[in-house]
Amino acid sequence: MDLLDRKLLFITGKGGVGKTTVAASLALLAAERGKRTLVCEVDAKGDLPSVLETGPTTFKEREVQPGLFAMAMDTEESLREYLALNLKLPLMTRLGPLARMFEFVATAAPGVREILTVGKLAYEVRRGHYDLVVADAPATGHVVGQLAAPQAINELVRVGLIRQQTSWMLDILSDPVRTGLVIVATPEEMPVHETVELAARIKAETIVDLAAIVVNRVLPELFGRGEEAVFETLDDPASVAVLTDAAGPGVGPVLEAARLAVTLRRTRAAHLDTLRREVDPAVPLLYLPYLFARSHGLRSTRQVADALAAELGY
Amino acid sequence: MASSLEQLLAAKEIVVSCGSGGVGKTTTAAALAAMAAMRHGGKVLVLTVDPARRLADALGVGAIGNEAVRVPSRSFPVVDGRRPRGELWAAMLDTKASWDDLVTRHAPDKRTARRILDNALYENITGRFVQSHEYIAVERLYDLHSDGRFDLIVVDTPPSRDALDFLAAPERMADFFSSRFLRLLTAPYRSSVAGFASKPFFTVADRVLGSQFLHDITEFFSLFQTMAPGFVERAKAVGRLLRDNRTTYVVVSTLEASPLHEAGFLVDSLRGKGFHLGAVVLNKVLPAYLLDEQAGTAAATMARDAEAIAGRLAATGAGDAAQVTRVLTEVGESFLRFQVVAQREAEHRAELGVASDVVAAVPYFETDIADMAGLLRLGEQLWGPQERTG
Repeated sequence: MDLLDRKLLFITGKGGVGKTTVAASLALLAAERGKRTLVCEVDAKGDLPSVLETGPTTFKEREVQPGLFAMAMDTEESLREYLALNLKLPLMTRLGPLARMFEFVATAAPGVREILTVGKLAYEVRRGHYDLVVADAPATGHVVGQLAAPQAINELVRVGLIRQQTSWMLDILSDPVRTGLVIVATPEEMPVHETVELAARIKAETIVDLAAIVVNRVLPELFGRGEEAVFETLDDPASVAVLTDAAGPGVGPVLEAARLAVTLRRTRAAHLDTLRREVDPAVPLLYLPYLFARSHGLRSTRQVADALAAELGY
Repeated sequence: MASSLEQLLAAKEIVVSCGSGGVGKTTTAAALAAMAAMRHGGKVLVLTVDPARRLADALGVGAIGNEAVRVPSRSFPVVDGRRPRGELWAAMLDTKASWDDLVTRHAPDKRTARRILDNALYENITGRFVQSHEYIAVERLYDLHSDGRFDLIVVDTPPSRDALDFLAAPERMADFFSSRFLRLLTAPYRSSVAGFASKPFFTVADRVLGSQFLHDITEFFSLFQTMAPGFVERAKAVGRLLRDNRTTYVVVSTLEASPLHEAGFLVDSLRGKGFHLGAVVLNKVLPAYLLDEQAGTAAATMARDAEAIAGRLAATGAGDAAQVTRVLTEVGESFLRFQVVAQREAEHRAELGVASDVVAAVPYFETDIADMAGLLRLGEQLWGPQERTG
């Protein structure tokens, strides 16, 4: 099934693997392919505005590229919106102290903040204003708690509005046609390890389908068959003398850097093998190349989107 | 004023390793603790909040739990016949066990403790309530520090949304217990008459949450509140320890834009709020030779003139000319690609400026750290008196 045909994608991954960039480029790609897309930064750390070069985002979404809307999650605003939609309260008079009260409950009571986040995202799917909602979700450590919150609340709360609300949320979240989780990893030891663990937890503890694993920053293979042996011969004194004569005194570091690149590629290939071996073969793996680029903004996000398009067969 | 991590670790009792996720906080903490045990002596504890089995393997202790275990001295490589001068211990934060422990200690009696531990919401609070992790981490640190068993504790910080969460955790916990809202929320459970001020809240909450859940919540908080006096006092003491002169912070980052941005923010916040910034550690720094101008020229020449150079190399018996051409092109271009990244990193580093008196840069290790020898190799890079550029 086509990844971008789902309605709600949660993007997670260990810190530092490029989760936000992947979320932004998936959203950008979807928008470029004609889908009305909403991308939401759940942590609101400001990484999303920087990879999309949008300037600050708020709870109220804003069109930042043609067909691409961006917002930042704010649980208090989410609560406000929820109450306004569901309770028809005289909001302006009551909500000041009420919101503070809820804020307090949200700090302490389990799942309140999580449900306001997931609820808002699921609501956008239900409302149908967008073809696709992409959530730049919390890192691996927190995402299970977030995705499991509606279920947990559903078990704790037997009656009332929340109960009805969590029921339709669960319908959306548990439907693999509409909802999927994407884990971003890099071919390094800890990210691979966490990805394998998270994939198992997602299956055991949540109702959300694991849609894909994106392997980010894959280094290029430097040498083809037999070429590594050729490279080794460049190191002997006679060859170095020829190289130095032709290319100047900087040859040493150039060969050193090639050795580093080969070793890095080899170590990473071993981690990739682990990943392939230990996750369900039914989960698609998408590979994105390491970007040897200067910029971090929209330009490199577009490059990642192009690479994703190629991986998805567009 | 310490001018190296060696001096810093010799003078402090608690070292907190902080920074955004994936930058090597846990490994840095372990390497620093291993070095301190090796060189300074005394009893050194590395307390990790990250359930990293790999670290347990590297330390040679099998499994690490809430209770500190001694790292056997046979795990240390013998260098020049030298054995570690001190002892290295390791512990891993078990959130659930630590919370249970805390409740048992602060509940007014055993029966109340039992009722809290059995409450359905309690499990949710300790397991899912995200910030409970930050609080319990510093609480555990306080516990281990105050029992006086260790001369030095090196701790990493939980992977949080905000790297500063753990610093604010004790204060938030104290605020929580002394909050007017907690009193309001628990009022109808204590007396059957709901206070006037809380009425609109309950009207709304009742419709939203349902009265049974609301009842569960108020019961839980009423029970929880019985622990308030002990808890508040404790949280304040924990907060004081974080600001104590004996505690220092090591900000860890890589030279990528996002972690570095976070590190800059962390440095400013620590300074602004009066915490002791001990050092900045930059991990996975690409080798300095990538910035070498002559090397850049050589790489460009090798890629451009690959065919001609391959012809000249044929005399040295380098093999098939077409293959040599491809290898030379690839080697030259590869260097230039990495050079772009190295330049970007150098610029990022300049932007960070002189954040701290001590800045340690650790080169990109080509292989993973799998044992104590690896940790000490990393430790050596961190230890030195002068700034290194990899």
